[in-house]
Amino acid sequence: MTISTDDSAASATVEEFLNRPPSAAQRVHSALHRQPALSPAIVLVLAAVAFSILSSRFYQLTNLSLLFQQVAVVGTLAAGQTLIILTAGIDLSIGAVMVLSSLVMAKLVNDQSVPGVPALLIGAMIAVLAQGANGFLVTRVKLPPFIVTLGMLSIFTAISLIYAQGQTVLLQPGAFLLWTGDTVSIGSLHLTYGVLLMLGLYAVFGYALRFTAWGRHLYAVGDDAEAARLAGISVNRVLLSAYVVAGLAVAVAAWILVGRVGGGDPNSGLNANLESITAVVIGGTSLFGGRGTVFGSLIGALIVQVFDNGLALAGLDPNYQVLAVGVLVIAAVSVDQWIRSVKA
Amino acid sequence: MDSSTRRTAAGRPRRQGGRAAATAVIALCAAAALAACSSSSSSSGPAAGGSTASAASSPSSSGSSGQPVGISLILKTLSNPYFVTMEKDAQAAAARDNVHLTVAAGSSDGDTQTQITAIDNAIARGDKGILITTNGNAVNAALNQAKQDGLFVIALDTAPTPPSVADITYATDNTEAGRLDGEYAAAALGGKPAVIAMLDLFNNQVVSVDIDRDHGFLEGMGINPGNPNENGQEAKTGTYKGGGKYTIACHQPTTGAVDGGRTAMENCLSANPNINVVYAINEPAAEGAYEAIKAAGKQNQIKLFAIDGSCAGLKLVASGEFTADAVQYPGKMAALGVDAIAKLARGGSKPSVTAGKSFYDTGTALVALKSYPGVTVESPAQGASACWGS
Repeated sequence: MTISTDDSAASATVEEFLNRPPSAAQRVHSALHRQPALSPAIVLVLAAVAFSILSSRFYQLTNLSLLFQQVAVVGTLAAGQTLIILTAGIDLSIGAVMVLSSLVMAKLVNDQSVPGVPALLIGAMIAVLAQGANGFLVTRVKLPPFIVTLGMLSIFTAISLIYAQGQTVLLQPGAFLLWTGDTVSIGSLHLTYGVLLMLGLYAVFGYALRFTAWGRHLYAVGDDAEAARLAGISVNRVLLSAYVVAGLAVAVAAWILVGRVGGGDPNSGLNANLESITAVVIGGTSLFGGRGTVFGSLIGALIVQVFDNGLALAGLDPNYQVLAVGVLVIAAVSVDQWIRSVKA
Repeated sequence: MDSSTRRTAAGRPRRQGGRAAATAVIALCAAAALAACSSSSSSSGPAAGGSTASAASSPSSSGSSGQPVGISLILKTLSNPYFVTMEKDAQAAAARDNVHLTVAAGSSDGDTQTQITAIDNAIARGDKGILITTNGNAVNAALNQAKQDGLFVIALDTAPTPPSVADITYATDNTEAGRLDGEYAAAALGGKPAVIAMLDLFNNQVVSVDIDRDHGFLEGMGINPGNPNENGQEAKTGTYKGGGKYTIACHQPTTGAVDGGRTAMENCLSANPNINVVYAINEPAAEGAYEAIKAAGKQNQIKLFAIDGSCAGLKLVASGEFTADAVQYPGKMAALGVDAIAKLARGGSKPSVTAGKSFYDTGTALVALKSYPGVTVESPAQGASACWGS
């Protein structure tokens, strides 16, 4: 008799333990797990508050407008990079493709007197084809994305150098290609059409990833390619489509770069490769694929830009900016790893 | 019996495999030979045309008749108009001096392998001298070997590390270039309060051209740079030459590119909207800064200073975008180098460094629209006769 009471008491205690209310840390953990863009959003808000305290110039609307303009190019690239990283791949050549595309657009208008719209389309086609080549090498020739895009990075950089001959091509004011640099005012907020294009692209990508079958397949392939294949998804086709659609993002980024630089500069955007990866990683997308939102990449890009801008306004030594970005990346990946470990 | 399927005693169809292997080896050899011929981008193409012309044309200056002197010009790359100008002016000088000029260039900035091959070729050919813009320290051993074999080595544009690797360096005095801009800024301000934005090259590495131009500009304005080895160490407020007050608004890196210049200028303007003087490390950074200034509507309030002197840049001085541009003479560096080696080979004396400097100063000048007392300027039209690039 005593034994059964002990048993039931024991099993009651076990029941209680199993159904215990989640601790605060566990509640936070599950919230972050459900919404991967939440942690970078919190970091962004904290950083913005901190820099506003450090310098009253930070939260002025003119400065916030500048922030968005400065983030437009890398932000758009990061949208394309997100798609590729979601498939457990990576694209180290995305910035070089963007530079090449922007040079083609600018030089066609400047040197060959091609009208703006065809030049834009030809430049866009170059970006899509280049990314398609990356996708082809990954899917058909079955090379690891890291190696493929590393090699293509050198190839596209060389093509850009030879094509541009080291010269900057400045377009006449009022040229069609410079439209992305034109200001549009919403109250006291002065954005450019490039920023609006970027936000539009994010809306389209976000919708596609969340509400279309293609998006679901992308996540599935990134999470577990073999399981996806067994479930009937054409893995190669999904991978190739990820690269090609990223190519569209690269084309838009190239156009925004032309608007920002005022033409084509072979030396602009050279760090964009790493900056786009940094933005995606800080934004909560896992490098191992299958987890993350494209909106998080926008937040990641904004965080890096906020640090860059905020530290410049606070008058701190520029060396500390470089340090801060490195610390950010490690912190972001650590949080991501913690979230990925699904504990009871 | 069909020979391709004849089997050896071991029963394996060795003949066909052997033929395939032989073809592969021949193809590899051909490819290697072609690569060796094309990678140095020498002799074939425009350079060959130039050097044949120089040998055929009758020398006009005295003392240059007789055997042509062999000189090698080894550039960083041919995809940068700065170095293309060097090649062009070197060819012209070679034609004047009865010099057989061989031109080689790396395939990209940093390609030292092609340069090493070109140095070896120069030694083998029996050239009297080498003019080189080095891509890195890997060429030092080859250059030392060349000096041992009696070739005279002149470094162009930047001194190698250590500078003693070359017999002499022909370069622009970057500090002087910055100083010309700074003196003009002080004169143009005429004692009014100066709010200065310094757009440097890097913030994560120390490069001599970055320090020299930045410090030169500050010294030209009469401001002490603080630390001679680092940017950003000057006193943030004080008085500049002529008695006016100055404030340093910011030091931002641009990486010498247009987008970097734009972002740096935007951040600086956000930090201090009252900026009225901007120093930029080179023309692309200045172009980007101008985009930011234009977007903020502050063109009339800000004086923008650049360094480089390309023909495109001088047009921007003429249009009012740049207030002043300190020019470099890459063509002069190469031409003077050719002259020096030709003279040395014909029994003349070695070239010597400019008094008070560790290198031969090929000079710099300031191009601006307006002139002020105490500052020598050239007009854009005058500067255009010696500008580089197209």
